[in-house]
Amino acid sequence: MKRASTWCASFASFFALILFSGCQKPTPNAQEFQKSLQERLINAKPGDAIDLPEGKFHFDRTVSLTVNGVTLRGKGMDKTILSFAGQTTGAQGVLVKADDFVIQDLAIEDTAGDALTIQGGRNITVRRVRVEWTRGPNESNGPYGIYPVECKNLLVEDSIARGAADAGIYVGQSENVVLRRNRVENNVDGFEIENTENVDAYENIATHNTGGMGVFNLPNLPRQGGRHVRVYNNQLIDNNTPNFAPKSLGPIHSLPTGTGMYILAIRNVEVFHNKIQNNNTVNVYIVHYKTVVDDEALRDTAASPITQQIFAPDDKRYYPFVQDIYFHDNEISGGGTSPDNRLTGVKALSDALGGKLPDFLYDGMVDPKWGHKPNSGQICLQKNGDATFLNFDAAGQMKHPVHDLKPYSCSLAPLARVSIPQIAVSAPGGK
Amino acid sequence: MIPRSARRRVARLALFCAGIVAVIYCGCSSQRAVNARVEEPFPKKLSDWHLFAATSKALQPNNGVVPYDLNTPLFSDYASKYRFVWMPPGTSAQYRDDSAFEFPVGTILVKTFAFPVDGHPTERLVETRLLVRTKSEWKPLSYIWNDAQSEASLETVPDPVKIRFTSASGKRHEFTYVIPNANECHECHDNQKMLLPIGPKARNLNKDYAYSSGTENQLEHFARIGYLQGLPAPAARPRSAKWDDPQTGSLDDRARAYLDSNCAHCHQPGGQAGYTGVDFRSTQHEVAQQGLCKSPNSAGAVGALSFDLVPGHPDDSILIYRLESTAPKVSMPALSRDVVHEEGVKLLRDWIASLPGGCPASR
Repeated sequence: MKRASTWCASFASFFALILFSGCQKPTPNAQEFQKSLQERLINAKPGDAIDLPEGKFHFDRTVSLTVNGVTLRGKGMDKTILSFAGQTTGAQGVLVKADDFVIQDLAIEDTAGDALTIQGGRNITVRRVRVEWTRGPNESNGPYGIYPVECKNLLVEDSIARGAADAGIYVGQSENVVLRRNRVENNVDGFEIENTENVDAYENIATHNTGGMGVFNLPNLPRQGGRHVRVYNNQLIDNNTPNFAPKSLGPIHSLPTGTGMYILAIRNVEVFHNKIQNNNTVNVYIVHYKTVVDDEALRDTAASPITQQIFAPDDKRYYPFVQDIYFHDNEISGGGTSPDNRLTGVKALSDALGGKLPDFLYDGMVDPKWGHKPNSGQICLQKNGDATFLNFDAAGQMKHPVHDLKPYSCSLAPLARVSIPQIAVSAPGGK
Repeated sequence: MIPRSARRRVARLALFCAGIVAVIYCGCSSQRAVNARVEEPFPKKLSDWHLFAATSKALQPNNGVVPYDLNTPLFSDYASKYRFVWMPPGTSAQYRDDSAFEFPVGTILVKTFAFPVDGHPTERLVETRLLVRTKSEWKPLSYIWNDAQSEASLETVPDPVKIRFTSASGKRHEFTYVIPNANECHECHDNQKMLLPIGPKARNLNKDYAYSSGTENQLEHFARIGYLQGLPAPAARPRSAKWDDPQTGSLDDRARAYLDSNCAHCHQPGGQAGYTGVDFRSTQHEVAQQGLCKSPNSAGAVGALSFDLVPGHPDDSILIYRLESTAPKVSMPALSRDVVHEEGVKLLRDWIASLPGGCPASR
């Protein structure tokens, strides 16, 4: 009995050997690195730091983390490179669904979709991370570079995003966010702050994007009511890269090339000590939601029962107006010199104004509930150099444009600093 | 390659070995109970769970390991799926109307994925996934079958597998079957960061099954053998349509059942794609929540299209565009679909074409 079973065992292993010798992997090292990193992330314990060596490592599949309290760090954003060129599985590069996560000193390149996605995390730090599509602006690039969504207590600092077909650094449906000392270039949108509450964005540079920074709310997302955003000491300069977002990405395809900053359907935004310069369509664009989505198309709907059901209630939680916006002490100049005539709205406006647009462009849309006093939206613009202004009276079909800044030279109470645990720890008693 | 004569010897020898193994096991193992592990470490070999008869390629279940199937399952690259459930003796699941049942600690949900092999009567077993209800949570475990089909081993990051076969209808399939890693299990199974079973819901289990003891409604079978408590009267039990059987529901019913089983695990509040605002659960009836005339908000590639779902116009609907793609940033579901489910897409095309109305300025 014993002899027979031993014989069977050795025979079986011989058989297995034959079977396995036929299937070798094409690039064992890349596959091994990818597999071992994924295994380390799965088997990580809270408090673990996972160190990645110098080198360029190829991935064909999303790498993900779900363990709380993990630090993933390389040897530098130009030394440790995770390359997803030719990715076949999963859209994201690195996907994180965990709290207390730190990622630093590495690069994520050429992902099929978003480079770094962080979903639903608390206490998230992204530090000295570079995300990039190395072929430069291209409509096939992934939409987002750094993409935290539904996060709380988020710090993105000293990072770089290049080539995103939507936004280089995006923050969505989050609260308590600090974005500082980042550089975004050659993206469609440099920064996007969407449906997010309590944000400090400072000492960032957005240049050579289609648009420098958007601060806005959109309907039909689970988290509504983004507000309280401070933008200071940033440079939003020379964002004139032709819009390369594919139509498939939706509204971002219609972002005018040469937009410094846009503020859409949000309240409590304070913008100060920034340089917003040389953005060829407009340095600052302040608008109601329906000024940028096609309101007429919505009204012209072939009112079937289903369509009515959809549009009649709309999203009742959504508030499309802009209010309580305070721009002060900014250096704003040189904008609007060659507006993006690709867009009919922009073209109509710039044609009416002799081919140029002012530094500030405001649609003047106000909620009738605010009453009929002037500037009932409380758009306050003060000490912004020689910045020019136009309220183009969208509601009145541009019949009563306002160039005069006086009704808008008001001030609002400063917004409070955003406090997150990451910063309290690294700079006790900071400003 | 092995010469033909050698192959025959191999076959004879294999039979002989199997015979020996059977002899060894027959004395002690046929009544050997399922190995109820509720904490780490979990068995490295599938056989160590004792869910199936030791040498059986046919997944002959052990005592108490009960097979089941679903009215409308998740499409998984045309894989055949064999599902079983086991619960510790004396325990039972609590009936739930909408969500998966509340299963007791120790429960093992077992799903084996298999594909046809050209020229072979039997399928190739690729992986067996377990969901184990531990003391604190559901634990997903993936066991990958060896080429000899004699054993499956626990892996956290399984390698992809090349699949090639011609279906009964003559369609050729060649693709790389990507097996989800332990993290990717969470992509579909997590809700509010808690991993949950997806399939075993009342509406999907409410169907007949041909047990060895005879055909019986699965819910009633579970209740009769003590695996289910709280089963309401037949009229109060929800029943999902079978997506491919018009006898079981209208086009609308079957399309909603398909969306429920293939999309709603992510597209519901608290799911992986909850942030999109789209909710495909068949239990919710807000038409605006199913993507009708809804612009996509932040994520994904959508072709030159404006809305998730345009009534009457499947070709203008992002939903169809993404189901017909296998490209990484376009395809939906984002995981575990490496080929297009042509029959499923046809169902949804027919359904969208049947919906009245239109969307503003849709192309």
